[in-house]
Formats: sequence, structure tokens, C-alpha cells
Amino acid sequence: MTTDKKQEVHTHKIGIYLWIWGLLFVFSFFSYMVDYINYQGLLRWSLIIFFMLVKAGLIMAIFMHLYWERWAIVNVLLWPMTAIGVFIAIMAAESYYTFFSRMFYFVVGS
Amino acid sequence: MSKFDISKLPKGPKGFMHDWGSDQRAFKGVPWGKSMMWIFLLSDTFIFSCFLISLMTARASTVVPWPYASEVFGLTVFGTSVPLLLIAIMTFVLITSSGTMAIAVKYGYEKNRKLCGWFLVATALGGLTFVGMQAFEWSKLIFHDGVRPWGNPFGAEQFGAFFFMVTGFHGTHVSIGVIFLFIFARKVFRGDFETGRRGYFTSMKSDYEAIEILGLYWHFVDLVWVFIFAFFYLW
Repeated sequence: MTTDKKQEVHTHKIGIYLWIWGLLFVFSFFSYMVDYINYQGLLRWSLIIFFMLVKAGLIMAIFMHLYWERWAIVNVLLWPMTAIGVFIAIMAAESYYTFFSRMFYFVVGS
Repeated sequence: MSKFDISKLPKGPKGFMHDWGSDQRAFKGVPWGKSMMWIFLLSDTFIFSCFLISLMTARASTVVPWPYASEVFGLTVFGTSVPLLLIAIMTFVLITSSGTMAIAVKYGYEKNRKLCGWFLVATALGGLTFVGMQAFEWSKLIFHDGVRPWGNPFGAEQFGAFFFMVTGFHGTHVSIGVIFLFIFARKVFRGDFETGRRGYFTSMKSDYEAIEILGLYWHFVDLVWVFIFAFFYLW
């Protein structure tokens, strides 16, 4: 039993975790700097999303070991995210419509 | 567990077809506890997504200016105001605890009982620090600034409701994680995984896999914070 387990479980060198840890620090610092330097508009939003996705990817791939998992489970976990993406698109359209009608009826009048 | 050698199975897209087309189980080499934790985390992802999507909807549809988080959460240090300082420190604390958790999982699989236990304790202390700073942040907003779920002095009224809901739900996750980290640190120090001592609730024997499953939960809490940090505090 124990020898079975030993063959099955592979551990990684501690260096990779320290590297990812450091990278997460650096990217968090960058995303904090976006606010500190006070970038606004499209530049701010794209930088925030970029650093967010890089950090999320590093955590999932290395810390949560998804990089070493088989595709059978990786696909089950990642494809449902497209449903969230669709939901975001739907609700974005909805909220712009609500904003438009509020502006129309509050400002222009009924 | 599995009687065949998992490393000999096809990998990548071919492995995907092979595993899903095979008999008995789709998730080869994944202990049931781990796949259940992943499925729980997937459902939790949907809950947090609903929170953040409704935040987007409220914020994009309001005609009142949204409070500027950079100033609301700014702190004054030695006479100069630093934007988002507390939130930045909280982020670094949570990332650090995620790093110590990953190392605890590694030492667990190497059956290094002492180091695994100590890194679990370090992770739990990081989580406690985070929750403590969050309590400070909440009390500052409630008692000092007068933020309420139905209104606040900074701008759009929904701000308070979303702040308490999103960070409260995340803080609850962190608190539950801290409790389990202490429980499992005790199990590791006592040597439960070596002696095969049965769990109090499950009455089942466990293994260092349990540490990886606990780690998945803890990294997820960190992962959610990445998104809250981006969408609630920075946006």
C-alpha cells in the first residue's frame, strides 16, 4: 500500500512554489500600482483584468496543481466558466439598458 | 487505489477521450474527496460570480456616482494618505498564506509531519491576520464612516450592501478555512495519517491527500480574493 502510494504521488521542488509566490507578490504590487499611479479609463480596466487573470492562472495551475491534472477533470472545471462569461455579457447588456431608461425617464422626463 | 499504472495512460486531449470513454470512473488518479472538493469549489465559483455580476449590474445601471474605493479604503499614515493601503496589506497576507499552504501540501506528500504541521499553522495564522484586518476595516466603515447596507456618505446607496455581502461572504470562507486549518494541523501533529486514527466526524481513516484537499479550498479563497480585489477595490 505504502509503496503503491509513493509511486502515485509526485511532489515538486519547493523552488517552484517560492517562484509562484514571488510572482504573485509582483503582480499584486503591479495591480496596486495601477491604483496608486491613478490610471483611469480603458488602460486601468485592461491592466486590472490582465493582472487578475495572470494571478488567477498561476494560483490554479501551480498552487492548485491543475497543470499536472489529467484533461478529464481540467475540462470539467474550466468549461463551465464559459457560462459565467455568457452571463456577464447578458447582464452587461441588461444594465446598460436599465441605465439608458433611467437616464431617459429621470432626466428627459416621462 | 487504481491497479493500473496511471502514467501509462494517454495524456492531453486523447487522455480526455480515453478517461471519459472508459469504464467505472472518469477522474483517473483523483481521490473521491478531491473531485468532490473541486465540484464544491465549482459551485462556489458560481455563487461568487453571481455576487460580482450583480455588483457590475448595479454599478453600471446607477445614475448616482459610485463611491471611489481608492479613497474610501485609504489610510492616513504619518500624515500622508495612502490609497487602499489596508487592502494591499490584506492581499499580500492572503497570498503569503497561500504560499505556505502550497508548501504544507508538498511536505505532507513527502510525509514530513513536523514541517507540514508548522506550515499549516503558519497558513492559519495568516488567515487569522486577514480576518482581523477585515474586522478592523468593517468597524472603520460602520462606526467611523457610517456606511450601512442602505446608504453611505460617499455615493450610490448599493455600495454598502455589496461591500458587506461580498467581503462578508469571503471573510466567512476565510474563517471556516482557518478553523479547518487548525483542526488538520492538530491531526498532522498527532500523527493521525500515520497511525490511521479515524476522523471524529467521518469515522474514516485519512491520508495526506486530505491536506491537498484542504489546500484546494484555501487556494480557492485566495483566488476569489484576486477577483474581489480587482472588481470591488480597484475597478
